[in-house]
Amino acid sequence: MFVKQLSVFIENRKGRLEQVTKELTRNDINIIALSLADTNEYGLLRMIVSDPVAAKDVLCAGGFSAMLTDVLAVRMQNKPGQLYHMLNVFTGADLNVEYMYVLDSSAEYGSMVVKVADAAKALEVIKSGGLELFDEKAVYSIVHK
Amino acid sequence: MILSKEETYSPSEIENLQSERLRKAIQYVYANVPAYRAKMEAARVAPADIRSVADLGKLPFTTKQDLRDNYPYGLFAVGVGKLARIHASSGTTGKPTVVGYTPYDMEVWTECVARIACMGGATADDIAQICFGYGMFTGALGLHYGLEKIGAAIVPSSTGNTQKQLLYMKDFGATLLVATPSYALRIAEVAAEIGVKPERDLTIRTALVGSELLTEAMRQEMYKAWGAGLNVTQNYGMSELMGPGVSGECEKLCGMHINTDHFIPEVIDPATGEVLPAGERGELVITCITKEALPLIRYRTRDLTRLLVGDCACGRRTARMENLSGRTDDMIKIRGVNVFPSQIEEVLLGVDECGPHYELVLTRRNHTDALEVKVELLPAALSDSYGDLEKLSRGIRTRLKSALGIEAKVTLASPNSLQRFEGKAKRVTDLRNVE
Repeated sequence: MFVKQLSVFIENRKGRLEQVTKELTRNDINIIALSLADTNEYGLLRMIVSDPVAAKDVLCAGGFSAMLTDVLAVRMQNKPGQLYHMLNVFTGADLNVEYMYVLDSSAEYGSMVVKVADAAKALEVIKSGGLELFDEKAVYSIVHK
Repeated sequence: MILSKEETYSPSEIENLQSERLRKAIQYVYANVPAYRAKMEAARVAPADIRSVADLGKLPFTTKQDLRDNYPYGLFAVGVGKLARIHASSGTTGKPTVVGYTPYDMEVWTECVARIACMGGATADDIAQICFGYGMFTGALGLHYGLEKIGAAIVPSSTGNTQKQLLYMKDFGATLLVATPSYALRIAEVAAEIGVKPERDLTIRTALVGSELLTEAMRQEMYKAWGAGLNVTQNYGMSELMGPGVSGECEKLCGMHINTDHFIPEVIDPATGEVLPAGERGELVITCITKEALPLIRYRTRDLTRLLVGDCACGRRTARMENLSGRTDDMIKIRGVNVFPSQIEEVLLGVDECGPHYELVLTRRNHTDALEVKVELLPAALSDSYGDLEKLSRGIRTRLKSALGIEAKVTLASPNSLQRFEGKAKRVTDLRNVE
Protein backbone atom coordinates (compact mmCIF):
# COMPACT_ATOMS: atom_id res chain seq x y z
CA MET A 1 0.00 0.00 0.00
CA PHE A 2 2.84 2.34 -0.69
CA VAL A 3 2.62 5.17 -3.13
CA LYS A 4 5.48 6.27 -5.35
CA GLN A 5 7.07 9.56 -4.54
CA LEU A 6 9.15 11.22 -7.25
CA SER A 7 12.34 12.69 -5.78
CA VAL A 8 14.54 14.99 -7.85
CA PHE A 9 18.02 16.10 -6.85
CA ILE A 10 18.41 19.72 -7.91
CA GLU A 11 21.30 22.09 -7.54
CA ASN A 12 20.43 25.33 -5.85
CA ARG A 13 20.72 27.25 -9.09
CA LYS A 14 18.44 29.74 -10.76
CA GLY A 15 15.94 28.13 -13.12
CA ARG A 16 16.43 24.49 -12.15
CA LEU A 17 13.05 24.17 -10.47
CA GLU A 18 11.41 25.89 -13.39
CA GLN A 19 12.98 23.37 -15.78
CA VAL A 20 11.64 20.45 -13.76
CA THR A 21 8.13 21.84 -13.91
CA LYS A 22 8.54 22.56 -17.61
CA GLU A 23 9.36 18.91 -18.33
CA LEU A 24 6.32 17.80 -16.33
CA THR A 25 4.08 20.33 -18.05
CA ARG A 26 5.24 19.24 -21.49
CA ASN A 27 4.31 15.68 -20.61
CA ASP A 28 0.97 16.60 -19.09
CA ILE A 29 1.91 15.35 -15.63
CA ASN A 30 0.06 16.87 -12.70
CA ILE A 31 1.78 17.68 -9.40
CA ILE A 32 -0.51 16.71 -6.57
CA ALA A 33 1.74 17.60 -3.64
CA LEU A 34 5.32 18.69 -3.15
CA SER A 35 7.88 19.46 -0.54
CA LEU A 36 11.09 21.41 -0.96
CA ALA A 37 13.44 22.47 1.81
CA ASP A 38 15.57 25.58 1.85
CA THR A 39 19.23 24.44 1.77
CA ASN A 40 22.49 25.93 0.59
CA GLU A 41 23.74 23.86 -2.28
CA TYR A 42 21.20 21.35 -3.38
CA GLY A 43 17.67 20.36 -2.67
CA LEU A 44 15.53 17.28 -2.86
CA LEU A 45 12.31 18.08 -4.58
CA ARG A 46 9.80 15.49 -3.41
CA MET A 47 6.54 15.18 -5.27
CA ILE A 48 3.45 13.11 -5.62
CA VAL A 49 2.51 13.27 -9.30
CA SER A 50 -0.19 11.84 -11.50
CA ASP A 51 2.19 9.41 -13.27
CA PRO A 52 5.40 8.90 -11.27
CA VAL A 53 7.01 6.31 -13.56
CA ALA A 54 6.57 8.43 -16.69
CA ALA A 55 7.67 11.52 -14.77
CA LYS A 56 10.89 9.85 -13.69
CA ASP A 57 11.62 8.76 -17.25
CA VAL A 58 11.07 12.17 -18.79
CA LEU A 59 13.14 13.89 -16.13
CA CYS A 60 16.02 11.44 -16.44
CA ALA A 61 15.93 11.79 -20.21
CA GLY A 62 16.00 15.55 -19.70
CA GLY A 63 19.22 15.33 -17.71
CA PHE A 64 17.78 15.43 -14.21
CA SER A 65 18.49 13.03 -11.42
CA ALA A 66 15.19 11.58 -10.41
CA MET A 67 14.25 8.50 -8.43
CA LEU A 68 11.15 6.86 -7.02
CA THR A 69 10.72 6.27 -3.30
CA ASP A 70 8.02 4.31 -1.50
CA VAL A 71 6.07 6.47 0.93
CA LEU A 72 2.79 6.23 2.80
CA ALA A 73 -0.21 8.38 2.00
CA VAL A 74 -2.28 8.60 5.17
CA ARG A 75 -5.83 9.89 5.03
CA MET A 76 -7.13 11.73 8.08
CA GLN A 77 -10.22 13.64 9.02
CA ASN A 78 -9.72 17.39 8.99
CA LYS A 79 -10.15 17.92 12.71
CA PRO A 80 -7.98 18.47 15.78
CA GLY A 81 -5.97 15.52 17.11
CA GLN A 82 -5.69 13.50 13.90
CA LEU A 83 -1.99 14.13 13.31
CA TYR A 84 -1.32 13.47 16.97
CA HIS A 85 -3.13 10.18 16.67
CA MET A 86 -1.01 9.07 13.71
CA LEU A 87 2.25 10.06 15.36
CA ASN A 88 1.19 8.41 18.56
CA VAL A 89 0.68 5.17 16.68
CA PHE A 90 4.14 5.43 15.11
CA THR A 91 5.85 6.42 18.34
CA GLY A 92 4.16 3.57 20.16
CA ALA A 93 5.71 1.19 17.64
CA ASP A 94 9.09 2.89 18.01
CA LEU A 95 8.97 4.14 14.44
CA ASN A 96 10.83 7.27 13.41
CA VAL A 97 9.31 9.65 10.85
CA GLU A 98 11.98 10.76 8.39
CA TYR A 99 9.86 13.42 6.77
CA MET A 100 6.28 14.26 5.95
CA TYR A 101 4.28 16.85 4.09
CA VAL A 102 0.70 17.67 3.27
CA LEU A 103 -0.80 15.59 0.50
CA ASP A 104 -4.22 17.10 0.39
CA SER A 105 -6.30 19.41 2.47
CA SER A 106 -10.00 20.03 2.11
CA ALA A 107 -12.91 20.79 4.41
CA GLU A 108 -13.35 17.12 5.09
CA TYR A 109 -9.87 15.58 4.87
CA GLY A 110 -6.30 16.50 5.71
CA SER A 111 -3.93 13.91 4.33
CA MET A 112 -0.19 13.47 4.70
CA VAL A 113 2.68 11.91 2.80
CA VAL A 114 4.83 10.13 5.35
CA LYS A 115 8.24 8.49 5.07
CA VAL A 116 9.13 6.25 7.97
CA ALA A 117 12.32 4.36 8.61
CA ASP A 118 10.84 0.86 8.66
CA ALA A 119 8.16 0.69 6.01
CA ALA A 120 7.05 -2.91 6.60
CA LYS A 121 6.55 -2.31 10.29
CA ALA A 122 4.67 0.91 9.56
CA LEU A 123 2.17 -0.97 7.40
CA GLU A 124 1.40 -3.31 10.27
CA VAL A 125 0.81 -0.65 12.89
CA ILE A 126 -1.24 1.46 10.52
CA LYS A 127 -3.76 -1.35 10.25
CA SER A 128 -3.88 -2.08 13.95
CA GLY A 129 -3.86 1.63 14.81
CA GLY A 130 -6.92 2.31 12.73
CA LEU A 131 -5.25 4.63 10.25
CA GLU A 132 -6.49 4.81 6.69
CA LEU A 133 -4.17 4.64 3.69
CA PHE A 134 -4.72 5.83 0.16
CA ASP A 135 -3.97 3.33 -2.56
CA GLU A 136 -1.86 4.37 -5.52
CA LYS A 137 -4.70 4.85 -7.94
CA ALA A 138 -6.60 7.10 -5.56
CA VAL A 139 -3.56 9.25 -4.81
CA TYR A 140 -2.44 9.80 -8.40
CA SER A 141 -5.91 10.89 -9.38
CA ILE A 142 -6.51 13.49 -6.65
CA VAL A 143 -7.70 16.55 -8.52
CA HIS A 144 -9.47 19.56 -7.09
CA LYS A 145 -12.27 20.88 -9.16
CA MET B 1 57.02 -5.26 -30.51
CA ILE B 2 60.11 -3.08 -30.25
CA LEU B 3 60.26 -0.90 -33.34
CA SER B 4 63.81 0.47 -33.31
CA LYS B 5 67.23 -0.77 -32.23
CA GLU B 6 67.92 2.47 -30.32
CA GLU B 7 65.31 1.43 -27.76
CA THR B 8 67.50 -1.48 -26.70
CA TYR B 9 70.85 0.34 -26.63
CA SER B 10 72.78 -0.08 -23.39
CA PRO B 11 73.10 3.00 -21.16
CA SER B 12 76.68 3.60 -22.35
CA GLU B 13 75.74 3.21 -26.02
CA ILE B 14 72.94 5.74 -25.54
CA GLU B 15 75.19 8.13 -23.69
CA ASN B 16 77.81 8.05 -26.42
CA LEU B 17 75.18 8.70 -29.04
CA GLN B 18 73.67 11.51 -26.96
CA SER B 19 77.07 13.16 -26.42
CA GLU B 20 77.88 13.05 -30.11
CA ARG B 21 74.48 14.48 -31.04
CA LEU B 22 74.58 17.06 -28.27
CA ARG B 23 77.94 18.46 -29.47
CA LYS B 24 76.54 18.88 -32.97
CA ALA B 25 73.25 20.34 -31.71
CA ILE B 26 75.03 22.99 -29.65
CA GLN B 27 77.28 24.01 -32.55
CA TYR B 28 74.18 24.11 -34.72
CA VAL B 29 72.09 26.36 -32.46
CA TYR B 30 75.08 28.62 -31.74
CA ALA B 31 75.59 29.12 -35.46
CA ASN B 32 71.95 29.41 -36.47
CA VAL B 33 69.89 30.89 -33.63
CA PRO B 34 71.03 34.39 -32.61
CA ALA B 35 68.90 34.25 -29.46
CA TYR B 36 70.70 31.07 -28.33
CA ARG B 37 74.09 32.50 -29.18
CA ALA B 38 73.25 35.53 -27.01
CA LYS B 39 72.05 33.30 -24.14
CA MET B 40 75.22 31.21 -24.30
CA GLU B 41 77.44 34.28 -24.45
CA ALA B 42 75.65 35.72 -21.44
CA ALA B 43 76.26 32.42 -19.59
CA ARG B 44 79.91 32.48 -20.80
CA VAL B 45 79.68 29.10 -22.41
CA ALA B 46 81.03 28.31 -25.88
CA PRO B 47 80.15 25.34 -28.10
CA ALA B 48 83.64 23.92 -27.47
CA ASP B 49 82.82 23.64 -23.75
CA ILE B 50 80.14 21.06 -24.47
CA ARG B 51 81.92 17.78 -25.10
CA SER B 52 79.53 15.28 -23.57
CA VAL B 53 76.24 14.85 -21.74
CA ALA B 54 78.13 15.60 -18.51
CA ASP B 55 78.56 19.22 -19.69
CA LEU B 56 74.83 19.78 -20.14
CA GLY B 57 74.54 21.68 -16.84
CA LYS B 58 76.75 24.48 -18.20
CA LEU B 59 74.03 25.50 -20.63
CA PRO B 60 71.26 27.96 -19.79
CA PHE B 61 67.64 26.81 -19.62
CA THR B 62 65.03 27.63 -22.22
CA THR B 63 61.55 28.54 -20.96
CA LYS B 64 58.11 29.09 -22.38
CA GLN B 65 58.81 32.80 -21.94
CA ASP B 66 61.76 32.55 -24.35
CA LEU B 67 59.34 31.20 -26.97
CA ARG B 68 56.94 34.07 -26.31
CA ASP B 69 59.74 36.65 -26.44
CA ASN B 70 60.87 35.30 -29.79
CA TYR B 71 57.41 34.90 -31.30
CA PRO B 72 56.87 33.59 -33.91
CA TYR B 73 60.13 32.32 -35.48
CA GLY B 74 62.92 33.78 -33.33
CA LEU B 75 64.13 30.44 -31.93
CA PHE B 76 63.97 28.65 -35.27
CA ALA B 77 67.29 27.46 -36.67
CA VAL B 78 66.09 27.35 -40.28
CA GLY B 79 64.42 29.83 -42.59
CA VAL B 80 60.71 29.41 -43.14
CA GLY B 81 61.44 28.16 -46.66
CA LYS B 82 62.84 24.98 -45.17
CA LEU B 83 59.73 24.21 -43.11
CA ALA B 84 57.36 21.39 -43.93
CA ARG B 85 54.82 22.04 -41.17
CA ILE B 86 53.85 24.67 -38.65
CA HIS B 87 51.80 23.92 -35.53
CA ALA B 88 50.81 26.09 -32.61
CA SER B 89 49.66 25.48 -29.09
CA SER B 90 46.42 27.05 -28.00
CA GLY B 91 47.93 29.81 -25.88
CA THR B 92 45.17 30.35 -23.37
CA THR B 93 46.93 33.49 -22.21
CA GLY B 94 48.61 35.73 -24.75
CA LYS B 95 50.13 34.57 -27.98
CA PRO B 96 50.20 30.96 -29.11
CA THR B 97 53.46 29.01 -29.07
CA VAL B 98 54.57 28.37 -32.63
CA VAL B 99 56.53 25.28 -33.56
CA GLY B 100 57.93 24.18 -36.93
CA TYR B 101 59.21 21.02 -38.58
CA THR B 102 61.57 20.41 -41.51
CA PRO B 103 60.96 17.30 -43.62
CA TYR B 104 63.63 15.55 -41.50
CA ASP B 105 61.88 16.64 -38.29
CA MET B 106 58.67 15.15 -39.67
CA GLU B 107 60.46 11.84 -40.22
CA VAL B 108 61.85 11.80 -36.70
CA TRP B 109 58.50 12.79 -35.22
CA THR B 110 56.73 10.02 -37.11
CA GLU B 111 59.37 7.50 -36.01
CA CYS B 112 59.13 8.56 -32.36
CA VAL B 113 55.33 8.32 -32.28
CA ALA B 114 55.44 5.00 -34.13
CA ARG B 115 57.72 3.58 -31.42
CA ILE B 116 55.32 4.76 -28.73
CA ALA B 117 52.30 3.35 -30.52
CA CYS B 118 54.13 -0.01 -30.77
CA MET B 119 55.05 -0.03 -27.11
CA GLY B 120 51.44 0.69 -26.27
CA GLY B 121 50.38 -2.39 -28.19
CA ALA B 122 49.39 -0.96 -31.57
CA THR B 123 49.90 -3.18 -34.60
CA ALA B 124 49.54 -3.02 -38.36
CA ASP B 125 46.16 -4.75 -38.02
CA ASP B 126 44.66 -2.02 -35.89
CA ILE B 127 41.90 0.30 -37.00
CA ALA B 128 42.84 3.41 -35.07
CA GLN B 129 40.21 6.02 -34.36
CA ILE B 130 41.85 9.32 -33.54
CA CYS B 131 39.56 11.39 -31.33
CA PHE B 132 42.00 14.24 -30.80
CA GLY B 133 41.08 17.59 -32.31
CA TYR B 134 42.71 17.88 -35.74
CA GLY B 135 44.19 21.27 -36.48
CA MET B 136 46.94 23.34 -34.95
CA PHE B 137 47.20 20.93 -32.03
CA THR B 138 50.11 18.48 -32.51
CA GLY B 139 48.36 15.52 -30.86
CA ALA B 140 46.06 14.41 -33.66
CA LEU B 141 48.46 14.65 -36.59
CA GLY B 142 51.34 13.29 -34.50
CA LEU B 143 49.47 10.10 -33.63
CA HIS B 144 48.03 10.00 -37.14
CA TYR B 145 51.43 9.83 -38.85
CA GLY B 146 52.96 7.51 -36.24
CA LEU B 147 50.13 5.00 -36.43
CA GLU B 148 50.06 5.19 -40.20
CA LYS B 149 53.78 4.38 -40.27
CA ILE B 150 53.27 1.12 -38.44
CA GLY B 151 50.55 0.16 -40.88
CA ALA B 152 47.38 0.81 -38.87
CA ALA B 153 44.28 2.09 -40.68
CA ILE B 154 43.42 5.57 -39.48
CA VAL B 155 39.90 6.84 -38.78
CA PRO B 156 40.54 10.59 -38.35
CA SER B 157 37.28 11.31 -36.60
CA SER B 158 38.63 14.22 -34.53
CA THR B 159 36.51 15.47 -31.64
CA GLY B 160 32.86 16.40 -31.37
CA ASN B 161 29.60 14.68 -32.28
CA THR B 162 30.23 11.85 -29.89
CA GLN B 163 27.27 9.79 -31.09
CA LYS B 164 28.70 9.83 -34.60
CA GLN B 165 32.09 8.83 -33.14
CA LEU B 166 30.41 5.80 -31.61
CA LEU B 167 28.75 4.93 -34.89
CA TYR B 168 32.13 4.95 -36.68
CA MET B 169 33.68 3.00 -33.86
CA LYS B 170 31.05 0.30 -34.03
CA ASP B 171 30.42 0.08 -37.76
CA PHE B 172 34.07 0.40 -38.83
CA GLY B 173 35.22 -2.02 -36.15
CA ALA B 174 37.78 0.34 -34.61
CA THR B 175 40.23 -1.53 -32.39
CA LEU B 176 42.35 1.33 -31.10
CA LEU B 177 41.30 4.62 -29.57
CA VAL B 178 43.35 7.79 -29.34
CA ALA B 179 41.89 10.45 -27.04
CA THR B 180 42.49 12.45 -23.89
CA PRO B 181 41.52 10.41 -20.83
CA SER B 182 38.63 12.76 -20.15
CA TYR B 183 37.26 12.46 -23.67
CA ALA B 184 37.68 8.67 -23.62
CA LEU B 185 35.50 8.58 -20.51
CA ARG B 186 33.02 10.98 -22.08
CA ILE B 187 32.68 8.70 -25.12
CA ALA B 188 31.92 5.77 -22.81
CA GLU B 189 29.37 7.88 -20.97
CA VAL B 190 27.55 8.82 -24.18
CA ALA B 191 27.70 5.16 -25.20
CA ALA B 192 25.89 4.21 -21.99
CA GLU B 193 23.27 6.91 -22.63
CA ILE B 194 22.41 5.47 -26.04
CA GLY B 195 22.53 1.85 -24.87
CA VAL B 196 25.92 0.92 -26.30
CA LYS B 197 28.04 -1.22 -24.00
CA PRO B 198 31.71 -0.76 -25.00
CA GLU B 199 32.76 -4.22 -23.83
CA ARG B 200 29.94 -5.97 -25.66
CA ASP B 201 29.20 -3.78 -28.66
CA LEU B 202 32.56 -2.26 -29.58
CA THR B 203 35.92 -3.73 -30.54
CA ILE B 204 38.32 -1.24 -28.95
CA ARG B 205 41.16 -3.24 -27.38
CA THR B 206 43.84 -0.59 -27.05
CA ALA B 207 43.67 3.01 -25.90
CA LEU B 208 46.58 5.40 -26.35
CA VAL B 209 45.72 8.36 -24.17
CA GLY B 210 47.62 11.57 -23.83
CA SER B 211 47.68 15.34 -23.82
CA GLU B 212 46.54 15.35 -20.23
CA LEU B 213 47.68 13.48 -17.17
CA LEU B 214 46.28 9.99 -16.63
CA THR B 215 46.24 9.34 -12.90
CA GLU B 216 46.09 5.74 -11.71
CA ALA B 217 42.57 6.38 -10.44
CA MET B 218 41.60 7.62 -13.89
CA ARG B 219 43.11 4.49 -15.41
CA GLN B 220 40.82 2.43 -13.15
CA GLU B 221 37.88 4.52 -14.42
CA MET B 222 38.97 3.65 -17.97
CA TYR B 223 38.82 -0.06 -17.13
CA LYS B 224 35.38 0.39 -15.56
CA ALA B 225 34.06 2.31 -18.55
CA TRP B 226 35.66 0.34 -21.38
CA GLY B 227 36.16 -3.10 -19.86
CA ALA B 228 38.82 -4.63 -17.64
CA GLY B 229 40.57 -6.13 -20.66
CA LEU B 230 41.32 -2.75 -22.24
CA ASN B 231 45.00 -2.06 -22.78
CA VAL B 232 45.40 1.58 -21.72
CA THR B 233 48.73 3.35 -21.95
CA GLN B 234 49.53 6.99 -21.81
CA ASN B 235 52.13 8.87 -23.76
CA TYR B 236 53.82 12.16 -23.24
CA GLY B 237 55.03 15.08 -25.25
CA MET B 238 54.50 18.75 -25.84
CA SER B 239 54.40 20.81 -28.96
CA GLU B 240 57.54 22.79 -28.03
CA LEU B 241 59.55 19.55 -28.01
CA MET B 242 57.83 17.97 -31.05
CA GLY B 243 54.34 17.02 -29.92
CA PRO B 244 53.54 13.47 -28.82
CA GLY B 245 56.50 11.13 -29.16
CA VAL B 246 58.80 12.17 -26.32
CA SER B 247 57.88 9.20 -24.14
CA GLY B 248 55.22 6.59 -23.59
CA GLU B 249 54.23 3.63 -21.47
CA CYS B 250 54.79 0.11 -22.65
CA GLU B 251 52.30 -2.61 -21.74
CA LYS B 252 54.25 -3.33 -18.53
CA LEU B 253 53.05 0.03 -17.17
CA CYS B 254 56.18 0.93 -15.28
CA GLY B 255 56.79 4.49 -16.35
CA MET B 256 57.11 6.11 -19.76
CA HIS B 257 60.06 5.12 -21.96
CA ILE B 258 61.83 8.21 -23.24
CA ASN B 259 63.16 8.30 -26.79
CA THR B 260 66.58 9.08 -25.38
CA ASP B 261 68.36 9.01 -28.73
CA HIS B 262 66.45 12.20 -29.58
CA PHE B 263 65.82 13.77 -26.19
CA ILE B 264 68.12 14.09 -23.20
CA PRO B 265 66.09 14.23 -19.97
CA GLU B 266 67.16 15.90 -16.73
CA VAL B 267 65.23 16.53 -13.55
CA ILE B 268 65.79 19.78 -11.68
CA ASP B 269 64.62 21.47 -8.54
CA PRO B 270 62.07 23.91 -9.98
CA ALA B 271 62.92 26.54 -7.37
CA THR B 272 66.72 26.56 -7.68
CA GLY B 273 67.34 25.04 -11.11
CA GLU B 274 69.75 22.58 -9.53
CA VAL B 275 70.00 19.20 -11.28
CA LEU B 276 68.70 16.39 -9.07
CA PRO B 277 70.17 12.90 -8.93
CA ALA B 278 68.33 10.09 -10.75
CA GLY B 279 65.27 8.96 -8.85
CA GLU B 280 64.45 12.30 -7.24
CA ARG B 281 61.28 14.07 -8.15
CA GLY B 282 61.38 17.50 -9.74
CA GLU B 283 60.76 19.38 -12.95
CA LEU B 284 61.54 17.60 -16.20
CA VAL B 285 64.00 19.39 -18.51
CA ILE B 286 64.48 18.15 -22.06
CA THR B 287 67.20 18.88 -24.59
CA CYS B 288 66.38 18.15 -28.23
CA ILE B 289 69.45 16.75 -29.95
CA THR B 290 68.19 15.90 -33.41
CA LYS B 291 65.81 18.67 -34.34
CA GLU B 292 66.47 20.97 -37.27
CA ALA B 293 63.71 23.58 -37.09
CA LEU B 294 63.26 24.22 -33.38
CA PRO B 295 66.09 22.63 -31.40
CA LEU B 296 65.29 23.63 -27.84
CA ILE B 297 68.11 23.29 -25.34
CA ARG B 298 67.35 22.42 -21.71
CA TYR B 299 63.68 23.24 -22.10
CA ARG B 300 61.82 23.49 -18.82
CA THR B 301 58.68 21.42 -19.32
CA ARG B 302 57.01 22.50 -16.03
CA ASP B 303 56.01 18.84 -15.61
CA LEU B 304 56.89 17.12 -12.36
CA THR B 305 58.26 13.59 -12.50
CA ARG B 306 61.30 11.51 -11.67
CA LEU B 307 63.58 9.44 -13.86
CA LEU B 308 63.68 5.68 -13.54
CA VAL B 309 66.64 3.73 -14.78
CA GLY B 310 67.19 0.02 -15.26
CA ASP B 311 65.95 -2.37 -17.90
CA CYS B 312 62.24 -2.90 -18.36
CA ALA B 313 60.60 -6.31 -18.63
CA CYS B 314 59.45 -5.31 -22.12
CA GLY B 315 63.04 -5.49 -23.37
CA ARG B 316 63.62 -1.74 -23.76
CA ARG B 317 66.58 -0.25 -21.96
CA THR B 318 65.76 3.43 -22.33
CA ALA B 319 65.39 5.71 -19.31
CA ARG B 320 61.82 6.02 -18.14
CA MET B 321 59.95 8.86 -16.53
CA GLU B 322 57.45 8.16 -13.82
CA ASN B 323 53.87 9.08 -14.64
CA LEU B 324 53.56 12.77 -14.00
CA SER B 325 52.64 13.91 -10.54
CA GLY B 326 51.42 17.25 -11.81
CA ARG B 327 52.56 20.37 -13.57
CA THR B 328 54.22 23.31 -11.94
CA ASP B 329 51.62 25.33 -13.90
CA ASP B 330 48.69 23.36 -12.49
CA MET B 331 49.86 23.59 -8.94
CA ILE B 332 47.54 25.75 -6.91
CA LYS B 333 48.60 27.37 -3.74
CA ILE B 334 45.77 27.44 -1.23
CA ARG B 335 46.42 29.14 2.08
CA GLY B 336 50.11 28.48 1.53
CA VAL B 337 49.67 24.79 0.80
CA ASN B 338 50.62 23.40 -2.61
CA VAL B 339 47.84 21.36 -4.12
CA PHE B 340 47.71 19.54 -7.43
CA PRO B 341 44.34 18.89 -9.05
CA SER B 342 45.54 15.32 -9.59
CA GLN B 343 45.66 14.80 -5.80
CA ILE B 344 42.04 15.89 -5.52
CA GLU B 345 41.12 13.64 -8.43
CA GLU B 346 42.69 10.64 -6.67
CA VAL B 347 40.60 11.32 -3.58
CA LEU B 348 37.34 11.76 -5.50
CA LEU B 349 37.83 8.66 -7.60
CA GLY B 350 38.40 6.70 -4.41
CA VAL B 351 34.86 7.52 -3.31
CA ASP B 352 32.39 4.93 -4.63
CA GLU B 353 29.54 7.39 -5.02
CA CYS B 354 31.52 9.88 -7.13
CA GLY B 355 31.94 9.88 -10.88
CA PRO B 356 35.07 11.08 -12.70
CA HIS B 357 33.76 14.60 -13.27
CA TYR B 358 34.69 17.44 -10.96
CA GLU B 359 35.47 21.15 -10.89
CA LEU B 360 37.61 23.17 -8.53
CA VAL B 361 36.73 26.77 -7.77
CA LEU B 362 39.08 29.04 -5.88
CA THR B 363 37.87 32.22 -4.28
CA ARG B 364 39.22 34.65 -1.74
CA ARG B 365 37.11 35.96 1.09
CA ASN B 366 38.51 38.33 3.70
CA HIS B 367 42.02 37.65 2.41
CA THR B 368 41.60 33.91 2.92
CA ASP B 369 41.62 31.40 0.10
CA ALA B 370 38.68 29.08 -0.19
CA LEU B 371 38.52 25.92 -2.26
CA GLU B 372 35.26 24.53 -3.48
CA VAL B 373 35.21 21.03 -4.92
CA LYS B 374 32.18 20.28 -7.05
CA VAL B 375 31.77 16.62 -7.77
CA GLU B 376 29.19 14.70 -9.72
CA LEU B 377 27.41 11.84 -8.05
CA LEU B 378 26.94 8.60 -9.93
CA PRO B 379 23.27 8.03 -10.84
CA ALA B 380 23.17 4.94 -8.62
CA ALA B 381 24.46 6.91 -5.65
CA LEU B 382 21.53 9.30 -5.51
CA SER B 383 19.61 9.25 -2.34
CA ASP B 384 16.26 10.57 -1.25
CA SER B 385 17.69 11.47 2.12
CA TYR B 386 19.39 14.70 3.13
CA GLY B 387 21.09 12.71 5.87
CA ASP B 388 22.79 10.35 3.41
CA LEU B 389 23.89 13.20 1.18
CA GLU B 390 25.25 15.15 4.13
CA LYS B 391 27.14 12.12 5.32
CA LEU B 392 28.61 11.64 1.86
CA SER B 393 29.82 15.21 1.50
CA ARG B 394 31.22 15.17 5.02
CA GLY B 395 33.11 11.96 4.19
CA ILE B 396 34.60 13.51 1.06
CA ARG B 397 35.60 16.60 3.04
CA THR B 398 37.40 14.46 5.60
CA ARG B 399 39.26 12.52 2.94
CA LEU B 400 40.31 15.72 1.16
CA LYS B 401 41.49 17.17 4.43
CA SER B 402 43.69 14.18 5.17
CA ALA B 403 45.09 14.03 1.62
CA LEU B 404 45.66 17.76 1.09
CA GLY B 405 45.93 19.11 4.59
CA ILE B 406 43.36 21.81 3.92
CA GLU B 407 39.66 22.28 4.35
CA ALA B 408 37.56 22.34 1.21
CA LYS B 409 33.91 22.96 0.68
CA VAL B 410 32.35 19.99 -1.08
CA THR B 411 29.39 20.54 -3.36
CA LEU B 412 27.55 17.53 -4.66
CA ALA B 413 26.31 17.89 -8.21
CA SER B 414 23.80 15.75 -9.99
CA PRO B 415 24.96 13.32 -12.68
CA ASN B 416 25.69 14.92 -16.02
CA SER B 417 25.54 18.47 -14.72
CA LEU B 418 29.19 19.51 -14.87
CA GLN B 419 30.94 20.54 -18.03
CA ARG B 420 32.34 17.85 -20.34
CA PHE B 421 35.55 18.20 -22.34
CA GLU B 422 36.59 16.83 -25.70
CA GLY B 423 40.18 17.98 -25.48
CA LYS B 424 42.15 18.82 -22.40
CA ALA B 425 39.88 19.15 -19.42
CA LYS B 426 39.83 22.54 -17.69
CA ARG B 427 38.77 21.81 -14.17
CA VAL B 428 40.17 24.70 -12.20
CA THR B 429 38.54 28.13 -12.00
CA ASP B 430 40.59 30.60 -10.02
CA LEU B 431 38.52 33.62 -9.07
CA ARG B 432 40.94 34.90 -6.44
CA ASN B 433 42.24 37.79 -8.48
CA VAL B 434 38.95 38.68 -10.08
CA GLU B 435 37.21 41.65 -8.55
